[in-house]
Amino acid sequence: MATKERPFVEIDGVSMQYGGVEGTLALRDATLNVARGEFVVVVGPSGCGKSTLMKLVSGLWPSSAGSVIVGGQEVDRPLSVVGMAFQNPTLLPWRNILSNVMLPLEVVEPHRRRLRRERAAYEDKAHRLLAMVGLAGFEKRFPYQLSGGMQQRASLCRALVHDPELLMLDEPFGALDIFTREDLWAQLQEVCLTLKPTVILVTHDLREAVFLADRVLVMSSRPGRILAERTVPFDRPRSLDDTYKQDFQDLVHELRDHINAARKGGEIADAA
Amino acid sequence: MPPDQGSPTPRRGSDPAPRPGDDSAPRRGEANARRVEALAAAARRRRRLQTLLPWIIIAATFLLWEVLVRGLQIDAFILPAPSAIAASMIQWWEPLLSNAWQTLMTTLVGFGLAIVFGLALGVAIGSSTLLYHGLYPLLIGFNSVPKVAVVPILVIWFGIGTVPAIITAFLISFFPIVVNVATGIATVEPELRDVLRALGARPVDIIRKVGLPRAMPYFFASLKIAITVAFVGSILAETVGSNSGIGQLMLSASSRFDVPLVFAGLMVTAVMGVVMYAVAVAIEERTTGWATRGQAEQNVTSLPGG
Ligand SMILES: Nc1ncnc2c1ncn2[C@@H]1O[C@H](COP(=O)(O)OP(=O)(O)OP(=O)(O)O)[C@@H](O)[C@H]1O
Ligand SMILES: [Mg+2]
Repeated sequence: MATKERPFVEIDGVSMQYGGVEGTLALRDATLNVARGEFVVVVGPSGCGKSTLMKLVSGLWPSSAGSVIVGGQEVDRPLSVVGMAFQNPTLLPWRNILSNVMLPLEVVEPHRRRLRRERAAYEDKAHRLLAMVGLAGFEKRFPYQLSGGMQQRASLCRALVHDPELLMLDEPFGALDIFTREDLWAQLQEVCLTLKPTVILVTHDLREAVFLADRVLVMSSRPGRILAERTVPFDRPRSLDDTYKQDFQDLVHELRDHINAARKGGEIADAA
Repeated sequence: MPPDQGSPTPRRGSDPAPRPGDDSAPRRGEANARRVEALAAAARRRRRLQTLLPWIIIAATFLLWEVLVRGLQIDAFILPAPSAIAASMIQWWEPLLSNAWQTLMTTLVGFGLAIVFGLALGVAIGSSTLLYHGLYPLLIGFNSVPKVAVVPILVIWFGIGTVPAIITAFLISFFPIVVNVATGIATVEPELRDVLRALGARPVDIIRKVGLPRAMPYFFASLKIAITVAFVGSILAETVGSNSGIGQLMLSASSRFDVPLVFAGLMVTAVMGVVMYAVAVAIEERTTGWATRGQAEQNVTSLPGG
């Protein structure tokens, strides 16, 4: 049945209310599909429920209504095919950077079984990932010895290390300067071109969104739902120079108008 | 040059502010090198003082004690002078040593049991809200029972000897361990737990990889309390119902009005307590440096950014 190109991620009419009936309604009736191997970027005003959406898809919270299906399987608990980078770096403070990055390998099968025998190979891989994000030489440091942006890069490595089929990145570059950020866009694009994971990425940076995405989704302000969706037509691999071309800029502006509309709409809804 | 770069702030406890980044500090000429050198020297002096100070204070206390006893001509029957206590120690070194050994072993066995069961119960209570609410009242009630009252019961059950002392040491040191381990595990940041949950980790994995490491600083903090109260427990039981151990030795000494020997027993007990405490601290420092953010070594070494 999988041959009929069923979407890899199907989010259907999902709502999320924190803290019972009286609580915050963070998401309302969000619906979106993500094809296997697709790179989807979600943008939207702050507090609109993007992180909430990510947590629902990764199975950390149960949704209040609607269904989330990943790989044909209803998500009722976290799945190990998912690699998640949280909005905050959340490195374990008692582990050095290397063993933080290798944490998923100790949990997720089949790596868990192989880890003891093939430790050297896995360590190699972790070293490569860390070098890719510019953290070579920091493997033995502890998280408190790294800057916020460095921690964020390490947590990106942790999300990638077990070759997840579905990569969930919640503002993975939020704490980085523009140059490091652009560097990492290129790196991430390369990783995605070789490994072809399905990616859902949240960002506030519209250039980042257009550079990375196959499709950009714009969310309304809280309670969030998908307001608009734009397919990004540019060929891959994209270069940073492309981001200054006219059609790229036009797309960025179009998205910005959508978000502005979303923010205004949200204020009206909140006041009502 | 920003004046705050590399400034000496590491004394500020658990300050969460980021430390000066080691990856971005270029050489700033000789003045800076000298300043770093001066800071390191100051830190070394401070540390030397820190290690010497306790000894100085102990010596001063004994000196003051000696002077007071002699000056006020206090009777050795009321308060023996340190010199008298030392003389008594030398005279009775053999029974002191063998009884101290007995007490130490008793305490350590009870303490070891407390660690094993305290960790197990602490993990169970800390990771299950149901168990937590179910067991806590019982534990509190249990801990409120004065252990002096329990020892006679233990003597009835197990007879005069080592077993009641071991059990008393266990009972008294068990509670702080349980409470602390449970607290450490129950207060794990949900974000850290989510990191593992998102990977599909089983609850056992979450406890092993997040709960336990996170509870370790709490656990070691409790060990420092537990080891000292374990001595209280075993010596208490020895005075009530045993025929060996420091407690028993002090009891029989006081019944012979040999007050210097009683004090000698107290001294030996204090020394054992301090030594075991130091062992607990040493283990703590080696295993949970992350929790203090390596302040110990930070003071000196990490300033130059090596
Ligand atoms: N654990 C929680 N308990 C209660 N309310 C929550 C919780 N997490 C989020 N919320 C609420 O849900 C709404 C959406 O939060 P969410 O973190 O999903 O926003 P976001 O889109 O990721 O915002 P940002 O871009 O600022 O990260 C917010 O109004 C927030 O107050
Ligand atoms: Mg968010």
